[in-house]
Amino acid sequence: MMTLMIVDDSTLIRRKIIRESDKQKFAIVADASNGVEALEKFIEHKPQVVTMDLTMPELDGIGCIEKIMEIDPDVQILVISALSDQGIGIEAIEKGATGFLIKPFSQEQLVDALMIISEDIGQ
Amino acid sequence: MEQTLNVFIDGIVRYFQHTSHKEVDIGSPYLIDSQPGVINDYTAVITISGAYQGCCYFTAPSILLKHLILSTGESDTSEEMVIDATGEVANTLTGNARESLGSDFIISVPKVIKGAPSEHAFPYQQRAYAIPISWKSYKALLGICLASS
Repeated sequence: MMTLMIVDDSTLIRRKIIRESDKQKFAIVADASNGVEALEKFIEHKPQVVTMDLTMPELDGIGCIEKIMEIDPDVQILVISALSDQGIGIEAIEKGATGFLIKPFSQEQLVDALMIISEDIGQ
Repeated sequence: MEQTLNVFIDGIVRYFQHTSHKEVDIGSPYLIDSQPGVINDYTAVITISGAYQGCCYFTAPSILLKHLILSTGESDTSEEMVIDATGEVANTLTGNARESLGSDFIISVPKVIKGAPSEHAFPYQQRAYAIPISWKSYKALLGICLASS
């Protein structure tokens, strides 16, 4: 079972991801509502997979991805954001994100995106 | 401006297609002479910077927001969650607009106001366009107040 941390400033979205992620494959070890909290919890819990919002207070998602990758370059990061332009997708991938899911998303799209990541990890 | 409004209208339709009640009616956009126009129980304001200056705001009655929350599978319709949902709708509708408006359409985190906001809540004091939204017989509105910088 892979460990998952959810980062989003919306409680509604965090709870949706918790509800809809595949409980057979993912154990949710932490969630955070901004980039600073995410870094603290990442260090504490060392999840294998992170879902990451981009527009957040304190420290935004791009900055948080950069810092997380410095801590653990092997972590898999799935960006889940409403920002839908190609430029931000490329920037997130360049910083180290593995995948990108645009809000609003369905349960199927979330599970598919997490499945691709789990296949990359080899579990 | 018509093209820009169509970008937001497409985003509204796409947003509600991801709820359990997919039908949403979009009224004809109209010009609001003085901001903020029609205001409901909760309003989320997003400041726009970069290639555009201004703001976008989503305003909706509590009952619409509670039904919207329930339609996503969430059972908690507390005020905290209603405020969260208001901000998230505004964030999603404005963030999705970047697909057409580009990455220089820079959006802030949403600021959610309960009740009638003061005029200072809106960072741009020009006329706005209102896009009326009807969902499950409830009325909401997306306000667009943008100028190219």
